[in-house]
Amino acid sequence: MIFLSNYIYYTGAFGLIFIGLYILLTRHNLIKMIIGLSILDTGVNLLLISIGYIKKGTAPIFSTPNLNPQNMVDPVPQALVLTAIVISVAVLAMALSLAIRLYQHYRTLDMRKIKEQRW
Amino acid sequence: MVFFVTFTVFVMLVCAVAACILRDLLDAAIAAAGVSLCAAILFYFLQAPDVAMAEASIGAALVTAIFIIAIRRTKREE
Amino acid sequence: MRNIISIILLIIIFFAVIFSISEIPFGIPKTKVGSYYINKGIDETGAVNVVTSVVLNYRGFDTLGEVTILFIAALGLGAVLATIERKTKKAIIPSSIVLSTGCKVFFPFILLLGTYIFLHGHLTPGGGFQGGAIIASGYLLVYLGCPKRRINQNHFKIIESLGGLTFVIIGLLGLIFGNYFLLNFLPKGIPSILFSAGIIPIIYIAIGFKVGSELAGVIDNLIEES
Repeated sequence: MIFLSNYIYYTGAFGLIFIGLYILLTRHNLIKMIIGLSILDTGVNLLLISIGYIKKGTAPIFSTPNLNPQNMVDPVPQALVLTAIVISVAVLAMALSLAIRLYQHYRTLDMRKIKEQRW
Repeated sequence: MVFFVTFTVFVMLVCAVAACILRDLLDAAIAAAGVSLCAAILFYFLQAPDVAMAEASIGAALVTAIFIIAIRRTKREE
Repeated sequence: MRNIISIILLIIIFFAVIFSISEIPFGIPKTKVGSYYINKGIDETGAVNVVTSVVLNYRGFDTLGEVTILFIAALGLGAVLATIERKTKKAIIPSSIVLSTGCKVFFPFILLLGTYIFLHGHLTPGGGFQGGAIIASGYLLVYLGCPKRRINQNHFKIIESLGGLTFVIIGLLGLIFGNYFLLNFLPKGIPSILFSAGIIPIIYIAIGFKVGSELAGVIDNLIEES
């Protein structure tokens, strides 16, 4: 119970990173690899935000003018993860357009067959 | 409270394993959308409302739509 | 063979990670930069949302780099998927009555929600990127529900370019009026009203328009078949 209440977020984030790495290493279909890349990005973002958490803290917004600024969560990792989410969607869109172009040229999406081609 | 967070992490890992195992690519894309939805719920529990809104609107809606359009233009089975 | 090597590699990474993550405690304040931004945030910028003031005022140059990366990705996608021959006219499948009625009813409200979110970025959780993504999903609903209506793509390109240009011009105006790029040169006002926090709402309006039209253009490039 102590272990669960302390390390549950780290376990979830590292589980996602491992599953994403396993999909990237062992699957041959190109779109399945891109799905693994998306899962890997989500795991890394979850890890970054769970490091900046303070116990019994609140969100860093002064909704009423006299909130106590002592027990607020760290705002710097949240700003960095906001940038990282937008960059990951840009990379995924570019990768999917290249996959569509590859399919139109080689008529297959199996990476083993595409690597053997010469031209 | 801890029980609810544990349940959400468990559902997220089950969806990720399902995205690895399923052979139909459309089902794998929907499982990836499930992973993004559970991550958005966990961001809310970590007191980060900006990041939860960004992950839900960009990760669960637009990335899934782009995946489904790309699968329609290529093959559907692995 | 490849499966076994990958599983051994993952087990080695697993043990290394377990030994290093037990050094990081969970739920204890670790840095001093965050507490400085929380304590001095309202006095120096005037924005009530501390994450917004970090994204646009203290680390504003990183946001400019992110907007550039999104622009390059949309440009590259349009260049890779461009075709020379004319699009063949496929038979347009009419959508069901639930989808077409829902599309006509919901589209203005989705645009209104997205505009509200990026307009109040310095008061409530939200901002330019979230509001822009909601506007793009409204346009996705139009593409799915009313397939006979073709949206002119030149409007997307003009709005996207004007949004990016506004961001850079505001930064250069900060350089002219003061000492450094992206200086907050407008008056800060009273916190927690709509017209406050200097240049932050103006930049978020430009980013909201830019991201919304950019993602809608990406979806339009992907749906068009030839």
